[in-house]
Amino acid sequence: MALRTEPFVLNLGPVHPSTHGVFRMRATMDGEVVVDIEPVFGYLHRGIEKLAEQRTYTGVIPLTDRLDYIASMSNNLAYCTAVEKLAGIKVPERAEYIRVIMAELQRVAALLIAVGSFLNDCGAYFTPFLYMFRERERIVDLFEMACGQRLTYNYMRVGGVSQDIPGEFLPALGKFMDLMPAFMDEYDRLLMQNEILLARSKGVGILNREQAINASVSGPVLRASGVNWDIRKADPYSVYDRFDFDVPTQTVGDCYDRYRQRVEEMRQSMRIIEQAMKQMPGGPVKAEVPHLIRPPAGEAYARIEAPKGELGFYLVSDDSIAPYRCHIRPPSLINLTALRNMVRGWKVQDAIIIFGSIDITVGEIDR
Amino acid sequence: MKVAFSVRDIASRIEATLPGSVAESGDQHLAVKPDALREACTFLKNTPELDFNYLSFITAVDYYDHFELVYLLNSLEHNHSLTLKARLYDRQNPTISSVVELWQGADFQEREIYDLFGIRFEGHPNLKRIFMWEGFEGHPLRKDFM
Repeated sequence: MALRTEPFVLNLGPVHPSTHGVFRMRATMDGEVVVDIEPVFGYLHRGIEKLAEQRTYTGVIPLTDRLDYIASMSNNLAYCTAVEKLAGIKVPERAEYIRVIMAELQRVAALLIAVGSFLNDCGAYFTPFLYMFRERERIVDLFEMACGQRLTYNYMRVGGVSQDIPGEFLPALGKFMDLMPAFMDEYDRLLMQNEILLARSKGVGILNREQAINASVSGPVLRASGVNWDIRKADPYSVYDRFDFDVPTQTVGDCYDRYRQRVEEMRQSMRIIEQAMKQMPGGPVKAEVPHLIRPPAGEAYARIEAPKGELGFYLVSDDSIAPYRCHIRPPSLINLTALRNMVRGWKVQDAIIIFGSIDITVGEIDR
Repeated sequence: MKVAFSVRDIASRIEATLPGSVAESGDQHLAVKPDALREACTFLKNTPELDFNYLSFITAVDYYDHFELVYLLNSLEHNHSLTLKARLYDRQNPTISSVVELWQGADFQEREIYDLFGIRFEGHPNLKRIFMWEGFEGHPLRKDFM
């Protein structure tokens, strides 16, 4: 005789470590199996797009720090690139190289958190996470050296960066670059073939190529599904066309591939930083930009490959000192579109891993 | 980014297939009539040489007398992109057809525009507020909200 069962609703979050911020998933469960899922957003909505309309173009930069707050440098870069495109400002060479170094260091730091928290979700509770924080700490020290901040950097400016890097920065960066490969090998040794990790993530939450493209997924999640699409190559910005690096892709699109993809991307970022350090020219670090920027009326969209995917700013100017409209294309929000297809039919503990493998920051989702 | 087709070129192709659907074609963007949006998008997505299979983002801008919807379409195969626009002049009840059936990525973004601008997307499977709570009055990103 079959037991009569009824679906029930399980709330994951909004305050729960597995949801990586104040974010809620309303899961409809059939026993242990997830039948349907509905993400609930808005707990961290601060109206950044509206606030931007009341600030000067420079005044918006600190707001961008608070989007994906573990990758503030990337947010600064995306926003400043958009304003420069709108106002037709040329950035000095040295500033471009500093920006590339900062953006790639930020990518490594953000991916370390992504990988660490994913392993946390897998059950490797906080041991790998703290290993990753050990390396992230060195990157944060470098940022602190450059701009005095450890989380919300507010370092880049329209037309360059706020100040030149100090003399001790490049030697300290060199030291980090010497140490990092050994750390990465250590992770590989500990984790890549780890039986528990393989059992929990191989074949789990597969996102195939067509679904990924159709759901506008971007960044490591898209590439893990086998799509060779990286804004740094497809629509180059800053000086990325001068560096030799590969765009790694995976084939299956399961949680393990997304994990592996991030590890491989860190190695590519290291390659870029190494070349940028060698090529870095001297000269000014900020273009001659008026205190109040007044771009001509018009619109511009600039996008960068942020650690989580395509981060873009769509700006509309009405020839005043404040943006008429500042839309942020948030990779974290759009990547979650695919979540529903990925978790249906999996058990609740797998749903947590699948969600963790997408890697979101709620500050960017809710804005 | 390669520019395989000029905006005007794409505009004339749409006009040839769907007469009377193009509202304006500039150098940078193409505006279609709101009624023809879904057909135009279907054409752009399914024509093999154009192959706009990836919707980068959707947003809206409030220009007081009209709302402008902005769609950035990409082709990952050919690496070209197109900025598509549609203008809605009805401020009381702005409505446009949804493109979720074509690109699933539009789902949350259309809900966001509905929430913050009050534009309704016909055919959206789950059109409700996304950031603000149910019962919140007004649409914050409208210029006359505050």
